[in-house]
Amino acid sequence: MNVGRVAAPMLEARSLTKRFVKHLDLAAKLVRRFGADIREEVVQAVDSVNLVVGQGEVVGLVGESGCGKSTLGRMVAGILEPSEGDILFRGSSILGAGNSQAREAALKVQMIFQDPFASLNPRMRVADIVGEAPLVHGIITRAEFSDYVDDVLDRCGLDGSFKRRYPHQFSGGQRQRIGIARALAVKPEFIVCDESVAALDVSIQAQILNLFMELRESLELTYLFISHDLGVVEHLSDRVVIMYLGRVVESTTTDALFEQPNHPYTQALLREVPRLESRHSEFLPVKGEIPSPLDPPGGCHFHPRCPHAMPRCSAEAPALKEIRPGWVSACHLND
Amino acid sequence: MIRDSAGPQPQAADSSPGSAVPSAQQVGNTLAVEDLQTFFFTKTGVVKAVNGVSFGVSKGEVLGLVGESGSGKTVTGFSVLGLVDPPGEVVGGSIRFQGRELVGLDDAAMREIRGSRIAMIFQDPMMTLNPVLRIDTQMIEAIQAHARVGRAAALARSREVLLKVGIASPDERLKSYPHQFSGGMRQRVAIAIALLNEPDLIIADEPTTALDVTIQAQILYEAQTLCRETGTALVWITHDLTVVAGLADRICVMYAGRDVEQGDVDDVLDYPLHPYTYGLIGSVPSRNRRGQLLRQIPGMTPSLLNLPPGCAFRARCDRATDECHREPPVMEHGDNRRVRCFYPHTGGSQ
Repeated sequence: MNVGRVAAPMLEARSLTKRFVKHLDLAAKLVRRFGADIREEVVQAVDSVNLVVGQGEVVGLVGESGCGKSTLGRMVAGILEPSEGDILFRGSSILGAGNSQAREAALKVQMIFQDPFASLNPRMRVADIVGEAPLVHGIITRAEFSDYVDDVLDRCGLDGSFKRRYPHQFSGGQRQRIGIARALAVKPEFIVCDESVAALDVSIQAQILNLFMELRESLELTYLFISHDLGVVEHLSDRVVIMYLGRVVESTTTDALFEQPNHPYTQALLREVPRLESRHSEFLPVKGEIPSPLDPPGGCHFHPRCPHAMPRCSAEAPALKEIRPGWVSACHLND
Repeated sequence: MIRDSAGPQPQAADSSPGSAVPSAQQVGNTLAVEDLQTFFFTKTGVVKAVNGVSFGVSKGEVLGLVGESGSGKTVTGFSVLGLVDPPGEVVGGSIRFQGRELVGLDDAAMREIRGSRIAMIFQDPMMTLNPVLRIDTQMIEAIQAHARVGRAAALARSREVLLKVGIASPDERLKSYPHQFSGGMRQRVAIAIALLNEPDLIIADEPTTALDVTIQAQILYEAQTLCRETGTALVWITHDLTVVAGLADRICVMYAGRDVEQGDVDDVLDYPLHPYTYGLIGSVPSRNRRGQLLRQIPGMTPSLLNLPPGCAFRARCDRATDECHREPPVMEHGDNRRVRCFYPHTGGSQ
């Protein structure tokens, strides 16, 4: 489906960076004044990432815990303020809250969260969860409220008669549908899905993935699909971006990536994805743990775990280079 | 080597440990669960969490116990270890471990087996680890609870086991507290504790679900090596078919408290008989062409409270007829293959 289609960028992130700083408290500041070696702890969650998503495209963002994929998603959705860099939606910046044009654009980007239990207000009825935002933003009037909510719920596979109920009266899969309905209610064009099927059972996960694909067709949606599950990403995405410790290490079309992964980390990830077809397999895991983002290794972040690491890898961080048209990878082996 | 000499000795298996396909008479010589029923007597009614489950595991074999949330797979594991607390109760069936009946065993006898001959690994390693005790304290405690050995010997054994599960500097790690470890490292320690007394059976309840892919592969590697080297039987409880595809020798699929299908891993995954297994395999994304709709199972898992008689899957099944309001029979299909269905599939999983 539209693989490799060249499209005008709908959303663009330019050297987006997010640092979380744990500021020193009064006691620590005093101790430091007397000469103790205490510094502020800084986590570079996202390290100058460029991301381009074309109209109608589904981009999968893959990485393990702590790689900054959720932080990136939240910045794109306008929930987190970036430390540096810019986010453009249809060519204009969505940063700067005072700007009415920016607010308009922010409404077009919506987010669906991982945990269907924590992301819905337990004290609001479904009708209000779904209908509140379009009412506030003037998309519908009070008179249209009931019909509009029915319509959105129906689109997400929920019966309109459920709307007087509270979230706790629903199962996990149904709650996720409510979360999707809430995001769709403000007529977005771009959806950020942050591990939106990770908490669901396999049979329910398939239903929700199908819903995402149907909505993509009927509403012409564009997705940034964040997941650690390569199987899901392979199925849904046109293009895949792989992140490791705050940096993008590889990005290309789904077909190319799954056929011929370039970066050693991507290769390791793909090898270790459990598949139905691999029976009685020999597990040959990559060594070591994901390093702490508080103190990432120098040079290429992956070098302590990389089977191909050379002296250069610990000294110099590899730049993200185009190795083939539309295919970037950050590895010294490509030089 | 530390082993409680008073404890029950494992029966000699017919073939060498680690042989991939056990012979028919060998199946279940470590653990044989027969028609297990575990009910929870709650205020709102009886929840039949496990309602007729039978399976067996032999020496060195890995059984994948697969099911979705609420299918009773965890309660089955808890029942084997005698960990079901009121209002739950094992109300029927038998659990034979090396020929010895575990249902109705008194607490003292159960305690001797649990942690020594049968060990459990939980999804959340913090269920196993005490957050306020150092790792060495917890490991030595686990050894001395089952064997009369000195502290130094117990410490040496702990060190040896930590090395075995791939922890690089065990001396340093033994002196740490659980919070100083990462999630994957904690799970390794939990596995190490399960291994301390060289159990004959390990029940692992979704031990890699919370872990990243690269860390999951490391844990699976340890589990695999372990079964091959020591001949420990392993019951791997999971919701993820793709994990057991690589790890297990046999698969038992559970739905709404029942074992609906079981058999050798290749048979079940390539030729699923039960419509639920068939649907489950179909909804795995890699089995489908990219961009096309997944073959989904409609509806959702039924509430186990006051479940009507008959096949619990019939409301979601495209093959169901009025016949399915009756209890489906257990049908044997060749070697070690069983299915609970009136209308099993016959055409393979594609």
